[in-house]
Amino acid sequence: MAKKAATRKSGASKTPPAKKTLASKTAAGRRPARSNAPALTKEEELYAYREMLLIRRFEEKAGQMYGMGLIGGFCHLYIGQEAVVTGIHMASKEGDASITGYRDHGHMLVAGIDPNGVMAELTGRASGLSKGKGGSMHMFSKEKNFYGGNGIVGAQVSLGTGLAFAYKYRGEDNVSLTYFGDGASNQGQVYESFNMAKLWDLPVVYIIENNKYAMGTSLERASAMTDLSQRGASFDIPGEKVDGMDVRYVHEAAARAIAHARSGKGPYILEMLTYRYRGHSMSDPAKYRSKDEVQTMRSEHDPIEQVKQRILSEKHASEDDLKQIEKEVRAIVTQAADFATNAPEPDISELWTDITIQAGS
Amino acid sequence: MAEITYREALRLALHDAMVEDESIFVLGEEVGRYGGAYGVTKGLIDKLGPERLLDTPISEPAIIGAAIGAAMSGMRPVAELMYVDFIGMTMDQLGNQAAKIRYMFGGQIGVPMVLRTQGGTGRSAGAQHSQSLEAFVMHTPGLRLAMPATVGDAYHLLRQSLTKPDPVVFIEHKSLYAMKEDVDLAEEPLPWGKAAVRRRGKDVVIITYSRQVQFVMRAAGALAGQGIEATVIDLRTLNPLDFETVREEVEKVGKAVVVSEAVLTCGVAAELAARISEECFDYLTDPVVRIAGEDCPISVSAELEAGSIPSAELIEETVMRLVA
Repeated sequence: MAKKAATRKSGASKTPPAKKTLASKTAAGRRPARSNAPALTKEEELYAYREMLLIRRFEEKAGQMYGMGLIGGFCHLYIGQEAVVTGIHMASKEGDASITGYRDHGHMLVAGIDPNGVMAELTGRASGLSKGKGGSMHMFSKEKNFYGGNGIVGAQVSLGTGLAFAYKYRGEDNVSLTYFGDGASNQGQVYESFNMAKLWDLPVVYIIENNKYAMGTSLERASAMTDLSQRGASFDIPGEKVDGMDVRYVHEAAARAIAHARSGKGPYILEMLTYRYRGHSMSDPAKYRSKDEVQTMRSEHDPIEQVKQRILSEKHASEDDLKQIEKEVRAIVTQAADFATNAPEPDISELWTDITIQAGS
Repeated sequence: MAEITYREALRLALHDAMVEDESIFVLGEEVGRYGGAYGVTKGLIDKLGPERLLDTPISEPAIIGAAIGAAMSGMRPVAELMYVDFIGMTMDQLGNQAAKIRYMFGGQIGVPMVLRTQGGTGRSAGAQHSQSLEAFVMHTPGLRLAMPATVGDAYHLLRQSLTKPDPVVFIEHKSLYAMKEDVDLAEEPLPWGKAAVRRRGKDVVIITYSRQVQFVMRAAGALAGQGIEATVIDLRTLNPLDFETVREEVEKVGKAVVVSEAVLTCGVAAELAARISEECFDYLTDPVVRIAGEDCPISVSAELEAGSIPSAELIEETVMRLVA
């Protein structure tokens, strides 16, 4: 796979360190040690560990609750992709907007949205973030500038471009973090949005979470050109491929991309090479890929395990300290599950609220 | 006779039609190796090959646009739209291209394609994956529209759709896929465009289509227990619309109820109620009643979801009030 950021424009920042992509492994199947890897501070490593663990445990619980029939409809788990949203969030600042597709629980948790409200929305209860009306794919937080999951593949890309337009129009110093998948990268409105974003130099970072499969169809089976970081080339939008399983690389690339967008130079594309461990949704047994493939990703590239090993080897924390974090995270998730299980169903009168603002107001 | 599901009937129809007609191919998201998001095309790729079951990128406008182009050149594509809710993404292809080509080109060319999709509630799929958008299609001259309510119709209407010279939008209901019925597929089906009278009674005519046929039949059974006999019409296709059967039955009885899962305002039920009122006015003893979905988006909460569409109980109560 290509690993250069071919069309990066002048002034973005220094050339990034050469990166190994997920495909580059030694014969033994392990990646070589990377002495030039960007470093995170102790606090950043511990923060990343905790956030990713929270997403992982939350999603595992959501999967269990789906199996028990407490969650219905759609439920797309983020397990395996935790480093992407965590690293991006770490490089963003207060007031930056994020918007994504339907695999959105992790984006909400990392934005600091209350796990109780997220889980209760998954169970469709009145105390859910959208009062039980939206469900897994349709949650929003004005306070956290999270503009939602979306159930229409690629639809968030034009909306995210509009968020960036608003920042520029109002002269605000914020950027739009617009996430979409490898599947959405074949939707037409993505390219219409790219063109406008560059034409007007809008402060938007397009983050393509390339987890290799659009539902059951692999990138190679759906895309004529599989280097998604170059999908902005014809609009002169710089792009780069990033190891999305390693939060250090995500963070470093995100900082560069966000600085570019924030400085008025326009959009930037980050192709995050990542992987989902579970099926597309709860109804997908994921028979289109081998168990070996999944196992290799889990055992050799797990984003949480990577941080954990670094924390321990750098002596940022002890095994006991990490167990304590795990315990705290589990408590948050257990509480969210209890809350979501016991929260009241919405009242039937809610059918007619929130459709439009009542006349006269 | 064999007991099969609605899903199996659809699969069988595709299979049988594709064996007979080499110009038929299926294209869409996950229709090949995955076997369709709702399993309708499962296994067909093994029998008919990947060149006839084409997995596409997630690119709805291009899927429908390419199907139209292929149909114009003499193929008979079956384009699958995973959810009818995504029809907005293809509205130009469907409304301005497929629906207009025959007319704009003075009848020289047609678009003999089938757009297969599914809609409706029942799976907590939320506001963007549960809608009943048939009015969008019915509101566009040039498009045929079939909505099967039974296992037999799932088979026969799809087979018939695959012989039509014009674009057919074929909307399945996601909550019917697992429904089983004993059917004899060798039996002569009703002609295309003909409504089915599913039950006959002297007190009221209930006109409906798609999954609501099941609810209406349940309500009619309960009403019969209370001495109220209903005629139930399953429209089967909304374009062509068999208004003759509706007229005939309404004029016999004088009371008409139209039931639809779609939102009430400007829906199929509104069109039917208007037409019955205009054309059968002298025979009506009461105003036409519409029972339809609430004018609100569909919630993921199971309670709100069920509360937003007509139930068998609501139909029963409404008819009771009308007849009493």
